[in-house]
Amino acid sequence: MSKANESTIQKNIPLEYANEEGRVKIIGFWLFLAAEIVLFASLFAVYLVYLDRTADGPTAEEIFEIKGVVIQTFLLLISSFTSGLATHELRRRNTKGVVVWMIITLLLGVSFLGMEINEFITYVSEGVNISTSAFWSAFFVLVGTHGVHVTFGIIWISFILVQVAREGINTVTSRKLFIGGLYWHFLDVMWIFIFTAVYLIGMVL
Amino acid sequence: MRENIKFEEHHGFPWKQVIGFVLSIILTVAALWVVFSLSLTAKATIIVILALASAQLLVQLIMFMHLSEHEKAFQISALVYGGTVALIVVGGSVWLMNGM
Repeated sequence: MSKANESTIQKNIPLEYANEEGRVKIIGFWLFLAAEIVLFASLFAVYLVYLDRTADGPTAEEIFEIKGVVIQTFLLLISSFTSGLATHELRRRNTKGVVVWMIITLLLGVSFLGMEINEFITYVSEGVNISTSAFWSAFFVLVGTHGVHVTFGIIWISFILVQVAREGINTVTSRKLFIGGLYWHFLDVMWIFIFTAVYLIGMVL
Repeated sequence: MRENIKFEEHHGFPWKQVIGFVLSIILTVAALWVVFSLSLTAKATIIVILALASAQLLVQLIMFMHLSEHEKAFQISALVYGGTVALIVVGGSVWLMNGM
């Protein structure tokens, strides 16, 4: 192969796959997501084992506010969709479209986070916190770890958008945007499992 | 010379994303309906909502995350690894602590 521009070999190749660095880093990110699955799995295991270990204190049924959690779930589902639209615009190399959809995604993420913080404050005011019982420790650590991930995602993607505003879409920024999108979808999936295993199962048992 | 990279085409209207979004809403509403309106036994309810959550995972992976692009085999292997560990850790812990 000559040293000709690699991206001319294949037509319309997404910029994030256009060079070796982008390709390797995207595979690396999938491996990172696998490790994240293992992290969350261990927290889910702890939570489910301590499901009824409330030490005669308040139970999930008495404290959970399912209405807010349902709204949070829809906010995150919509944000996953808008993040998908951002990736769609990325592939069409429409910088403005990418930035607009990503900003909407982040605003939805901030709303989600605001509601979660509000939920935690409500729970604490009702008398449960991370040291109330094994159950509530497991609850706050599992849901809190997800919240910390969302917080990190908002900050990280904001910085990526600053770079996009300065440099436009190139092999580096498109790789970062694509990976940021993968991370955001992953957080949505983890939330669906929290919604199911924590809140919905809490309603059933 | 390297092989061609596989990737999804993105032209015009984002149909795939819209279908994925509609599916994700349907799956979530279905889970809520099963829990609040359908009076199945606790065990049956849990099995159904876990199945709905797993379907949601597939929707996100296929419709939004471009799972089949580029090194599909590597990406799926990574997820199978993570998923296997998750099943053993979560399933094993619950089984051991509650059922045995």
